[in-house]
Amino acid sequence: MLGLGILKGFMETGRNFCGSYYDPERLTTVQYPEERLEPQANARTIPFLIYDGSDPIGGLRCTACTICEQECPAHCIEIVKDTAKKPDYLGKMQLHPKVFDIDTAVCMECGICAEVCPFDSIKMDQVFERAGSHRRLTLHKDDLSKSNEYYNKIHPAEAAAVDAARAEEQKKAQARKAAAAVPATP
Amino acid sequence: MRNEIAFYLVAAFTVAFAIAAMTLRDLVHCALCAAGAFAGLAMLYLQLDAEFVGFAQLLVYVGAIAVLILFAVLLTRGDEVRPGRAAPARSWWMGAGAAALVLAAIAAPILLSPSLEGGAPGAASAPVRRIGEELMTRYVLPLELVGVLLTGALLGAVVIAMREEPRTEDKAGGIPPRFTPTPGNPANPR
Amino acid sequence: MKTLDQIFVLTQHWLTGLAPAALQPLVSMLLIIAALMAVFGTCFALTTILERKTLGRMQNRYGPNRVGPFGLLQPAADGIKMLTKEDIVPEAADKALHFLAPLALTAPVWLAFAVLPFGRNMSAIELDAGILFFFAIGSASELAVFMAGWSSQNKYSLLGAMRAIAQMISYEVPLVLASVPVLMAAGSLSLPEIVRAQSGYALGWIPRWNVLTPWGAAGFGVFLVAAAAESNRCPFDLPEGESELIAGFLTEYSGFKYALFFLGEYLGLFAVTGLGVTLFLGGWHAPATWLEWLPSWGWFGAKFSALIFLFIWMRATLPRLRLDQLLNFAWKFLVPLALIDLVAAAAWLKSGGWQFAWALETRWLLCATLLAPAYVCLGRHWRGGTPKPRRYHYAQ
Repeated sequence: MLGLGILKGFMETGRNFCGSYYDPERLTTVQYPEERLEPQANARTIPFLIYDGSDPIGGLRCTACTICEQECPAHCIEIVKDTAKKPDYLGKMQLHPKVFDIDTAVCMECGICAEVCPFDSIKMDQVFERAGSHRRLTLHKDDLSKSNEYYNKIHPAEAAAVDAARAEEQKKAQARKAAAAVPATP
Repeated sequence: MRNEIAFYLVAAFTVAFAIAAMTLRDLVHCALCAAGAFAGLAMLYLQLDAEFVGFAQLLVYVGAIAVLILFAVLLTRGDEVRPGRAAPARSWWMGAGAAALVLAAIAAPILLSPSLEGGAPGAASAPVRRIGEELMTRYVLPLELVGVLLTGALLGAVVIAMREEPRTEDKAGGIPPRFTPTPGNPANPR
Repeated sequence: MKTLDQIFVLTQHWLTGLAPAALQPLVSMLLIIAALMAVFGTCFALTTILERKTLGRMQNRYGPNRVGPFGLLQPAADGIKMLTKEDIVPEAADKALHFLAPLALTAPVWLAFAVLPFGRNMSAIELDAGILFFFAIGSASELAVFMAGWSSQNKYSLLGAMRAIAQMISYEVPLVLASVPVLMAAGSLSLPEIVRAQSGYALGWIPRWNVLTPWGAAGFGVFLVAAAAESNRCPFDLPEGESELIAGFLTEYSGFKYALFFLGEYLGLFAVTGLGVTLFLGGWHAPATWLEWLPSWGWFGAKFSALIFLFIWMRATLPRLRLDQLLNFAWKFLVPLALIDLVAAAAWLKSGGWQFAWALETRWLLCATLLAPAYVCLGRHWRGGTPKPRRYHYAQ
């Protein structure tokens, strides 16, 4: 009969109306600035650069290989190589970026740069409150550089794996160095 | 005195809208102005204390007939009207003749009626209850006749507007021919 | 108690008395107009926020709660936003009509409040044909909607306006037809008279409200549905369906003109709700003798708020109808039901003189046998039987 379904609907909304007052569990709204959800492990926004140690610029892992610049589908990364070389964590001499810019107006947050980076230097960030009172949308090296601890905090599992692999490589490199150093002495 | 001023204001309003309805180029504007003239007439009725007639005029003419005119204009309008001065149609004298006839038909009984001699009559009080009673007793036959006439008109409109019988192809479950692309007349030229 | 009941009337008389004698009629009128505009303007502001909060709760959300305590200042924020927005008029628009349309919609609606009795001795003017005045005023809004849609020179606007007019004309018929039995029962077109006819108690405790008779209950149902459609409320808000017509005839309106349309629509809802209270819910009468200590305007306000809440509830519950369903529902369900209700009301009123035992029960049975089968049959068949599976010619 016409009307029964309508009445059922009215019951449902009425139950919601009353229920939402005595049962706070019903209200699924998160009142954002005061309440926040835990970020999801694989949420990603713009990329950032990782540094080791305490120097945000000097400790950058980036070796200015420009793979990310070439792979970026949106061409939002611009890298200018520095002429001077510095030793990296394995003791190899590597180039450094003089300029590392990401145009966040163009960046589509796809994460390809992070996937192709052979040095685990560029990773995807989780910041989303990026509004500011300035109009600068291009982020420079010093804006992008964030510590390895931060990386460990936002992506714990992934970062632990990266750290373990790097420690392994470092150990191997040291062993090789030691092996190379031993025959030289006699 | 105050009543007279109000009367002249309302009359000017009505006549202005009526003239605008005749002279404006855009048919939709004309129709809206006609609605304004109807509303002015309703105000004139109300000024004569004819509440029922005034409100009925508003309800029927502004609420229904004006909308009907608008629909008719929108559904039948062909090309956009060309801008320029309003030019009387070639058969304007027929229109003028019809208007004169109607005017005469209204004016004659008014001029012949004896109430003109005795000066302005006092406000005729016609409460709705009395109108209803008169309609249901003395004027019941005209009322019924009008009802029958309107019902007939309604039925006629329904018959005209009724959906046509589905074509034989449609009944057989096929696609109506106008949707079938044929080699001679492809539905999709590309 | 008498003073509290008549406090607004007494205040108005006192304030009028302060004016010089020549100006007293004018002052009296202006006072009433100012009071009506203040009360229903506030009502509009409050309804917008309460509606959004209620809708939120019915969908397990909070609703607006940021501006002011509990979000109660949200209407003020909305008003400031509307007033400071740019008023955009399309290049091709018919400027004069585009400007006039929101005024033509909102101004007549205010007039409708003039005849509603808000309490004992509290109606602005006591017209002999009050309800006719109400419907006559309401019919002007169709032209306003047409003006808005046509003058915007926009397909969506015109389509929305055409839908709106088709809907308003269709639903005006059941709205008026549902009110006719009440006029028959009261024997008058004057709204205060109709309220007076509903005073007193049957069997000593049941109020003689029209809604508590079989024909009144059916009429009230028809009236509520038609009223929701007449004021473009959900589920009949398809003239401005955002999802298919990008707000219909409101597409090309922004800023304060948009706010005026909004105001007009809400005022129309208030007016027709007030009429529903007056016609079916006994106007300002209290539901029981021992509750008569509450002032009459308080009872009117309570019933009025309850009905507004019902409309909000309806909006939260029912999805929007399709246009053909909407028109079919008006012409194939509401109009026949209202006509049968008319017959039932005639039977009820004619049998009012029955004196034998079980007379009341027999009358109820008589009306119910007229109305219930009609309701069931019409409810089953207004869509023309079970809908067939749809065929799409172009997709084949």
